[in-house]
Amino acid sequence: MERHEILVVGGGLAGLRAAIEAKVRGRDVAVLGIVYPFRSHSVAAQGGINAVLGNVDPTDSVERHAFDTVKGADFLADQEAVELFCRDAPARVLELDRWGCPFSRLPDGRIAQRPFGGAAFPRTCYAADQTGHAVMHTVYQQALRLGVEFHNELAALRLAMDGGGVRGVAALNVRTGELEAFAAGAVIVATGGLGRIYSRTTNSHHSMGYGMAMAYWAGAPLMDMEFVQFHPTTLYGTNILVTEGARGEGGFLLNSEGERFMERYAPDRMELAPRDIVARSIQTEILEGRGFEGEYVHLDISHLGEETIMERLPQIWDLALSFAGVDAREEPIPVQPGQHYAMGGVETDADGRTRVKGLYAAGECACVSVHGANRLGGNSLLDCVVFGARAGAAASEDVPGKASGGEDAVKAAMKEAEERIDSLHEKAGKGGYLNPYGIIGEMQGAMWDCVGVYRDGELLSRGVSRIRALREEYRSRAGVPDGPEAFNLSLVDSLMLEGMLEVALTVAEGALRRTESRGSHYRTDHPGRDDEGWLRHTLAFPSPEGPLFEDKPVGVTRWQPEERVY
Amino acid sequence: MVAMPVEGDKIEFMVFRFDPSRDREARFVIYEVPYSPGMTVLDGLLHVQKVLDPTLSLRYSCRFKICGSCAVYVDGVQTLACETQVSSLGRRVRVEPLPHFGILKDLVVDIDPFLEQMESAMPYLHPDPGNEEPRVDPEEHERYRSPSSCIWCAACTSACPIAATEPFFMGPAPLAQVYRFAVDSRELEGVRPLRLVRADSSASGVWRCHQVFACAEVCPKEINPGRHIAELKRMILRQRLRGGA
Repeated sequence: MERHEILVVGGGLAGLRAAIEAKVRGRDVAVLGIVYPFRSHSVAAQGGINAVLGNVDPTDSVERHAFDTVKGADFLADQEAVELFCRDAPARVLELDRWGCPFSRLPDGRIAQRPFGGAAFPRTCYAADQTGHAVMHTVYQQALRLGVEFHNELAALRLAMDGGGVRGVAALNVRTGELEAFAAGAVIVATGGLGRIYSRTTNSHHSMGYGMAMAYWAGAPLMDMEFVQFHPTTLYGTNILVTEGARGEGGFLLNSEGERFMERYAPDRMELAPRDIVARSIQTEILEGRGFEGEYVHLDISHLGEETIMERLPQIWDLALSFAGVDAREEPIPVQPGQHYAMGGVETDADGRTRVKGLYAAGECACVSVHGANRLGGNSLLDCVVFGARAGAAASEDVPGKASGGEDAVKAAMKEAEERIDSLHEKAGKGGYLNPYGIIGEMQGAMWDCVGVYRDGELLSRGVSRIRALREEYRSRAGVPDGPEAFNLSLVDSLMLEGMLEVALTVAEGALRRTESRGSHYRTDHPGRDDEGWLRHTLAFPSPEGPLFEDKPVGVTRWQPEERVY
Repeated sequence: MVAMPVEGDKIEFMVFRFDPSRDREARFVIYEVPYSPGMTVLDGLLHVQKVLDPTLSLRYSCRFKICGSCAVYVDGVQTLACETQVSSLGRRVRVEPLPHFGILKDLVVDIDPFLEQMESAMPYLHPDPGNEEPRVDPEEHERYRSPSSCIWCAACTSACPIAATEPFFMGPAPLAQVYRFAVDSRELEGVRPLRLVRADSSASGVWRCHQVFACAEVCPKEINPGRHIAELKRMILRQRLRGGA
C-alpha cells in the first residue's frame, strides 16, 4: 500500500494546480490520473481565461467581472465566492505568464485580451484559440520542474472511508489490470466534467463524471446538477467545440434566411450574449425551421479576413477543414448546440473542502458555486487555477504531517472494487449479459432527448424513468468477459458506467424537481424564473433508491436578482 | 486513386494485434466496418472495440487532435487516428502501433522512454521572481508559438530515422522544446546557456540530426522540429564564437 500526505485524483488543470500548491508548501503529494496529465480534457479549452488586467480597457474592474459572473449565472452563484474568485484571477493569470504560458500579446508586450460572451469588457486572456492547451502544458511543465509524483493511467474506483473520513483510494491500473491501494491524509478529487453522459458533447471520451459519483458515494452531496451548459457552437456532425472566441473576434450567427437572428433574442449583446441564451436562440431557429437540414445554423467568420483568422483562430480554421470540410476563410461553419460543461458538482466551500473530512474537490467536478445556473466563457480555466490552488492550500493546512492509519478502510475499498470487477466477469460468464456500450449509448440518447436544451415535465419524467431502468439493467445484466489484463477498455468503461448512470440520475431528477427556468435549465412548462420558490441550490444525497434532495440558500450579498436582459 | 467510399460500404480495417502476456507473436486481424461520411480512423477503431471485438486496446481521448493520445501508424505513416479521414485511404486501412516503441498491447505503445527524453530537455521555464509582469515582444512570441503547440504525441520521434537507431539521441520533439524555452525572455537569467550546452551534446544533441525532416512531415500540429534544431545549431555556434559557457 502506497502512502502520501495528499493524493490528487485527476491530472487535469485543477488537479495539477492543487498538486503544485501542496508541493511548494512542502507536502508529500502524488497525482493519480486515468490519462497522462497532458492528455486531460483541460487541453481542449480554446477561447481563453478571464482576469481583470485592464490591458485593453483600463476601466474594467474586479467588481464588474464579479457582477458579469453573477448575472451570467442567473443569480444562482454565491456572491462572496464569486468576488474572491475574481479577486484571485489576476494573480493566477500573471503567475501562468511568469511560468511561461504562451499567451498572445498586445503590441506593447502585455497579455492580449478579447471580448467574450456576457462580459462587459474585453478581459479574456488567450493563446490564439488553444488557451487550454497552453495553460495545461504550462502547469504540467511546472509540476515536472517541482518534481510532483505522477501515477498515470490509473482509474480511481472507490474512496476509502472510515469514522475519520476519507483515508485513501482504490484504483485500477489500466496498464496492468491490477488494483492498487493508496492511503492518504487528504484526497482532492479533480476529475473534470460529465459530458459523456450525453450523446452530443464537446467533451473528451474521459469526461465521465466518475469522480463526482465517487465523492457522492462517500457522502459528499452533489450540488446544482441540473445545470448543464450547452455550448451554442459545436461542429455539426462531430460536436467538436468551436470557440466563443470566434464570435468574440466578430463572427456572425446566420440562419437559413441569411439573417443575424441574435437581433431578436439579445439586441444589445447579439452573438456575445451568455451561452445559455445563444444556445436556446440557435435551437429555436432550428426548431422553427430556419436552420439548415433541420440540424444546424451558420457561424460566419469569413469577413474577419485571412490574417485575423490565421493569427487568432488557426485551430478553428483547421478543425472546420479537417472535420467539416469547410474552409472558414471562405465559407460559413455549420454549428449546433452540444453539451459542454457541468455547472454542478461536488459541493465545496471556497477552499475546496467538502462535508466529508479529508475529501476536497476542485475544477469542473466541484461546485462552489461561482457559475450558478450558467457559466461565462473564460471562467472555467480560471476556476481550475483559482480553486485548484485554494484546495491544494487547504489540504496542505489540514493534513497533520505524516498521516497514518486508515489501512483497514483502504483494504475495504480494495475489496469493494474487486467485487465490482468480479461481478462484471461473473455476469458475462452466465450468458445473456449486456455489452456496456449498448447501455452507454441508450443513456446518452436519453439524456440528450429528455434532459437537453429545452425541457418539460413530461420529457424529464421520461428521462428519469429511462435512466432508472438503465441503472437496473446495468446492475443486473451488464457484463465483461474475462479478457486481457492490460488496457482492457471494455472493463474500464463498464466500471465507469456505474458512476455515469449515478450522476445522470442526479441531473435528470434535479431537473424534474426544479419547476422554473433559470440559466441553462429551461422548462417550457415553467418558462419564468421563480426567485421566491427557487433562488436556492439543489443538494443531492445518495440512497439505495436514488438521490434524496435538499435545498440550500444562495449567498446573495451585493447584487439583488434582476431581470436578465442582454 | 481509389474511389471515395460511400455510406454503407464496408471498410476493411486491418489491425495489428499483440498481447505480450499471452501471444507468442503479433498478427493482423481484419474487421469489416460500415462506412459513414466523415468517419475517421479513430471512429473505425472504436466501432471495432465497441461492437466487433471488445478486447482491442488503443489510446484516445479528445478526438480533435489536441490531446495527442491516438498517434498510430496508418498505412505506413505516423498520424493521429482522430484526424485521419477514412475517405482519404480507400477501402482497406492498415493500422499499427507507432514504430520504434515497445508494444504494451495492440496499438498501445510504451511512451515512457519518449517522456524521459522530453523531461531531459527541461521542458519548463525557470520563473524569474523579480519579473512580476513580464512584457513579451510579439515577435518573440511568434518565435516560440509553434513549438509551444506540441501535443507530445511522439509521432515525430517515431518517424525520425536517427532516433530509431540511436537511443541516446533526444529526438525531434524534445529538441524543439529546448529551442522553445531557449528563445523565451521570461526565463531566469543564466539558464539559457545551460540549455544550449545540453543541446550541444555530441551523443544526444542537435548534431545527430541529419535534417531529414521526417518529423515535420508527420507532425499533426505542423511544427517543424527540424527547422528549430537548425536554429539551435546556429545559436550554439554563436555562443561558442562569443566564448560563452
